[in-house]
Amino acid sequence: MSRAALLVLADGRFPAGGHAHSGGAEEAVKAGRITGAASLEAFCRGRLHTVGLVGAALAAAAAAGADPVELDAAADARTPSPALRGAARRLGRQLMRAARAAWPSDELDALAGEFPKGAHQPVVLGVTARAAGLGAQDAAYCAAYESVSGPATAVVRLLSLDPFEATGVLARLAPELDLMVDRAVAAGRAVPGEGVDVLPAASGPLLEIGAEAHAGWPVRLFAS
Amino acid sequence: MHLDHAHSAPSAVSADAQRPDGTRRALRIGLGGPVGSGKTATVAALCRALRDQFSLAVVTNDIYTREDAEFLLREAVLPPERIAAVETGACPHTAIRDDISANLEAVEDLEDEVGPLDLVLVESGGDNLTATFSKGLVDAQIFVIDVAGGDDIPRKGGPGVTTADLLVVNKTDLAPYVGSDLARMAADAKAQRAELPVVFQSLRSEAGVADVSAWVRARLAAWTA
Ligand SMILES: Nc1nc2c(ncn2[C@@H]2O[C@H](COP(=O)(O)OP(=O)(O)O)[C@@H](O)[C@H]2O)c(=O)[nH]1
Ligand SMILES: [Mg+2]
Repeated sequence: MSRAALLVLADGRFPAGGHAHSGGAEEAVKAGRITGAASLEAFCRGRLHTVGLVGAALAAAAAAGADPVELDAAADARTPSPALRGAARRLGRQLMRAARAAWPSDELDALAGEFPKGAHQPVVLGVTARAAGLGAQDAAYCAAYESVSGPATAVVRLLSLDPFEATGVLARLAPELDLMVDRAVAAGRAVPGEGVDVLPAASGPLLEIGAEAHAGWPVRLFAS
Repeated sequence: MHLDHAHSAPSAVSADAQRPDGTRRALRIGLGGPVGSGKTATVAALCRALRDQFSLAVVTNDIYTREDAEFLLREAVLPPERIAAVETGACPHTAIRDDISANLEAVEDLEDEVGPLDLVLVESGGDNLTATFSKGLVDAQIFVIDVAGGDDIPRKGGPGVTTADLLVVNKTDLAPYVGSDLARMAADAKAQRAELPVVFQSLRSEAGVADVSAWVRARLAAWTA
């Protein structure tokens, strides 16, 4: 297992389209639910325990060799909002491009062929981890971390939040992130034997509703 | 865990001149430069000048989404299905240089949906003088500044002014009103750019976009040769 490959994949500058997505933070800022570091932390904690956990488990399962087509359907079932499904598939397609350039692999080619318009991003992330020689835990860490780092970066831009405060939020969430990853990996590793129903199905209704509202705004900075 | 060393298929990367089906993809030209310099107006004029002869599409990268796309739609320079808007997360230069994924996707979707295309114009949201397009996204780039932004911009240089394949100094009709010295701008641009071409234009004049569209035609001829 290559720790260096994990750094490449987890790098916030990995060119896979994430910079244009706020993970619901843009809508939450406008609705007054994120106003500073404390409410950003609460928002990120909520994401980590819901979409973060689910995404990490999907990524772990894909990295453990579960069928990506079944995982993609499981991701759809766990994503009620059409806007969020669309965003997840767009990000999956964008990650696929970067992944195929970085770690060419037959499994990535096959997945791209199966989903020309994109599979759910965590599924692509798990298959990418395999192609990079990484494991289920690595994939889960990437997914869980992205679920909170995206909104934190976005809020630095949206509220001109002090970037040191935003990074402090992420550092304080790290121990909880470790716990989520443990749960996600246990579930993800069980999928090849027991099927996708063992995956967690936590969701944040306000994130889903907010995403639908955000998609209807005429003017916005972030794609989701 | 498996590292697939045996992989041999071409990795679908951005700058490939070929589409997956083996046909040649459209030429992609980026238009960058400061906000308000006339990028959208130049795109609109180029579409009017070239659309009868070539199959065109436009991708816009607004700072706030869709304003430029909506202007082009209102002006009806192309049918709506040929205009796509990309969201840039408050960082227009990132979307055209550091992480070009969303723009590439927009370009490819246009080719899939309304293609075959000869030319895709990609307009940057415009922020500052350092923003340039990645070679993974465009084949050539036009940097648009205007005389009203200060006649010292060519002297100051920066990657856009210095390295763009074509520098356009727009709104020459305003030069007398803002006290810009066009001869000095031309000399400074020459000093920064050596042999790279510079066009002075006013879209309010009779000639309009003629010089830029002639340059684009030459690039198209070279691309399809
Ligand atoms: N006077 C004059 N105005 C122009 C010219 N070209 C563009 N404009 C105007 O400048 C403003 C900004 O142009 P726009 O194309 O939206 O700039 P962009 O932000 O670079 O896309 C608009 O009001 C245009 O009508 C020109 O050659 N002369
Ligand atoms: Mg514009």
